[in-house]
Amino acid sequence: MNKGLSGLSRRDAVRAAALAFAVGAISPRLAFADEKAVAAEIKKLYGDKKMAEGKIKLDVPEIAENGLVVPVNVEIESPMTEADYVKAVHVFADGNPQPGIVSYQFTPACGKASAATRMRLAQTQDVICIAEMSNGDLYSAKANVKVTIGGCGG
Amino acid sequence: MTTKPTPRVRVPAKVAAGEMIEIKTLISHEMESGQRKDSKGETIPRKIINKFTASFNGKPVFVADWNPAISANPYQSFFFKAAESGEFTFAWKDDDGSEYTAKSKLTVG
Repeated sequence: MNKGLSGLSRRDAVRAAALAFAVGAISPRLAFADEKAVAAEIKKLYGDKKMAEGKIKLDVPEIAENGLVVPVNVEIESPMTEADYVKAVHVFADGNPQPGIVSYQFTPACGKASAATRMRLAQTQDVICIAEMSNGDLYSAKANVKVTIGGCGG
Repeated sequence: MTTKPTPRVRVPAKVAAGEMIEIKTLISHEMESGQRKDSKGETIPRKIINKFTASFNGKPVFVADWNPAISANPYQSFFFKAAESGEFTFAWKDDDGSEYTAKSKLTVG
């Protein structure tokens, strides 16, 4: 019988290789967040408080050719006065290694609750935006971004 | 590869009272996410700017908490309603504790 360098028979070597492949296939290369991870993050911030739709304009590209630099622009409808303004805005993504993207704190001095930055997206996924008003009301919006080339070295 | 981050800020020099202005900022920084591996397969430790703060006459007006998902050379824009003349202070806080700052004057009237 043809013995390998390590003294394994050819059959053992094939078996070991098959096992290694199976293990590799089961444990993913990178752990990604999912919808549940995003929901858990939101729960950490706001508990089970109800969220309404509307007021948020979440501007992301439908298709991002480069996942390393994806523009994300949020704008929340608000008079931005001392009595009624947008306090905080959180942006999450459900297909990145970590769900958080960015959190903003606005003040009435901003005049307009709008901000833009650029983010990394590892794969095609949903971007979720939560806005907290000064009276505690919550709003949410969601948009899908198709990513052609992932932004996490992939 | 690490270079000293250089902030760049665009603020209009002169505006009318009550005018809404857009402030654009950019800082050079690799924003190492802590997800990448080097050629030996070892994880490159995370090193990002985690907080951006814009203050006007010492009062914070806008804060952004950045996660590793923010792109390298982070860009941030936001709005400001000009009421009086003064000075902006922009501060970027690095994971390693350093802080990078920039100042811009705003003249209203």
